Amino acid sequence: MALHSLDIALFSWGALRGYPARTILMLVAMAIGVAAVVVLTSLGEGARNYVTDEFSSLGTNLVIVFPGRSETAGFNPSTMMGETPRDLTLNDAQALTRSYSVRRIAPINVGSSDVSWRERSRETVIIGTSYQMLAIRHWDMAQGQFLPEVDLDRATPVAVIGMKIRNELFGASRALGEWIRIGDRRFRVIGVLGSEGRSIGVDVQDIVIIPVASAQQLFNTGSLFRILVEAKSRSAIESVKQYIIDTLQDRHQGQKDVTVITQDAVLATFDRILGALTYAVAGIAAISLAVAGILIMNVMLVAVSQRTAEIGLLKALGASPRQIIILILSEALMLSMLGALFGLLLGQIGSFFIRNAFPVLPAYAPIWAIVAALLVAVITGVVFSLMPARHAARLDAVLALSKR
Amino acid sequence: MIELNKIHRDFLVGDQTVHALNDVSLTIQAGEYVSIMGPSGSGKSTLLNLLGLLDQPSSGTYKLNGVDVTGLSDTEQAHVRNREIGFVFQMFHLVPRLTAFENVELPLMLAGITPDERRSRVNTVLEDLSLTNRSHHKPDQLSGGQRQRVAIARATVTQPKVILADEPTGNLDHKSGQDVIRILEELNQRGLTLIMVTHDPEMGRRAGRQLSMLDGQLNRDQGT
Ligand SMILES: Nc1ncnc2c1ncn2[C@@H]1O[C@H](COP(=O)(O)OP(=O)(O)OP(=O)(O)O)[C@@H](O)[C@H]1O
Ligand SMILES: [Mg+2]
Repeated sequence: MALHSLDIALFSWGALRGYPARTILMLVAMAIGVAAVVVLTSLGEGARNYVTDEFSSLGTNLVIVFPGRSETAGFNPSTMMGETPRDLTLNDAQALTRSYSVRRIAPINVGSSDVSWRERSRETVIIGTSYQMLAIRHWDMAQGQFLPEVDLDRATPVAVIGMKIRNELFGASRALGEWIRIGDRRFRVIGVLGSEGRSIGVDVQDIVIIPVASAQQLFNTGSLFRILVEAKSRSAIESVKQYIIDTLQDRHQGQKDVTVITQDAVLATFDRILGALTYAVAGIAAISLAVAGILIMNVMLVAVSQRTAEIGLLKALGASPRQIIILILSEALMLSMLGALFGLLLGQIGSFFIRNAFPVLPAYAPIWAIVAALLVAVITGVVFSLMPARHAARLDAVLALSKR
Repeated sequence: MIELNKIHRDFLVGDQTVHALNDVSLTIQAGEYVSIMGPSGSGKSTLLNLLGLLDQPSSGTYKLNGVDVTGLSDTEQAHVRNREIGFVFQMFHLVPRLTAFENVELPLMLAGITPDERRSRVNTVLEDLSLTNRSHHKPDQLSGGQRQRVAIARATVTQPKVILADEPTGNLDHKSGQDVIRILEELNQRGLTLIMVTHDPEMGRRAGRQLSMLDGQLNRDQGT
């Protein structure tokens, strides 16, 4: 006595159509659960992509060198003895290029100064660096070129300016080739930075970039603010970090007086935050699916008691307990599959609207979340219907039939 | 064919025990026409449900075709109900969302019979009961007599050996009741064992063998 699967499907479908209110309620419950998963994970994924994008503007495989010992690094005899840390110099930066694992470096000096062209003047951030900064930061040029490819200690009088500076100083006139005054020195404008470039903490539209040696002269200093080092690959980051520490310790008479942080360390922090976010999303989604599951269980129980007489009849006609369980479960399976598909559709529409409302958030639900939501929905639907189905299979046929 | 030996069926209602069947022993041969009568609450339905394996005795043995069926598993009992027994109820018990054809088809579907064979068997029974032109009607589009005929079609489509009818005319007017009885008697003439519970003495007297119940006991067995 085996039921044909088409018979099971047709019988269940008939039962679902026979009780439209119940069917719609269950479909909606399932659909909300699945839609919640789709929308929430697309939000989480969107946030993750957004942050990753922000990070790639900071640079890839980056190691950052600061002068001075980081306070979090713990006990340090030099600070105990009141020694001031040694400065980072251009020669230090130069020394770091000698490792095979280092792709490029950019020393940085930062200060602020008046910038003027003809009668217009403005105070702004001046960054001294080298030509490799462009590639490290993934900036792009709107006009002209970036700093020339020369030795670090060559103080060429050229400047690359941000878009906002360009607009404020030059207005409608041409900026390229013009001489501007920064502090008491003159620089020729050779390029304008693209306005697209974003960099955490710095507004690239509002800066002026000059060769690092020029900046040192301008600010009358021999030291560097920091050195950016780009490793050849992600796996090379740790060895580059060690190489920097060793090299600079050598050059600084054995003093460990620099701080080296990797982008990995910063990313790890964000990973933790985003990981927590993902768990939260998964948790919320799981709750909504559990609610759907409990609703399904109740509704199936109601369905079973609504159809007590029918179940009693099926028993009288010779349905085995197993057959009754199969019929009820297939009904639940059909419901949850339909509900899940409906929810998927709703969820996709939801993420579409989020993408429209917040264009910076690339809110696409990841495939794994969609597959998981559908699977969980179907499994929840069936598992939570097991109890009502067993209940139906155990019904006393005589009592069931005597009920009207 | 049917052998009941010292059957008891007790129900616990609150802290009281109701002896719905009290020491019933009974043998029915294949092909007999048996009516069961008696006042309300005397245990007629309980006896019929037991015979149909819808209910289990509290004690005693029930042999169907020589097999002790009380010891069978739920699944085996379901199998016996499907193959050997046809029920006709007072309330018809048709599935409202299914057509007459689909209602009759149900026991064959549960038996796992192929759709093609089902179709021909269902159509044959419906034709026998002059229901062919009603086969695509839902129960609520049928008269009481027609509904009971659909139920009889459903009970006979599996070609069982026994028909158990619990007040089959109880919800019908006189004329439809007569029709239904005539159909059941025809089936009996073709060799089916017919066991029918009825309140109507006139109908009960038509049976070849008349049982009478009182307080869970058989108090009269006439016509053997
Ligand atoms: N499930 C049950 N629980 C408790 N008592 C029951 C149950 N089923 C039947 N009884 C009792 O068993 C006795 C016999 O009931 P049964 O239904 O067999 O009577 P009946 O002869 O069919 O009556 P009627 O002519 O009214 O249909 C009655 O006293 C009834 O109250
Ligand atoms: Mg009764």
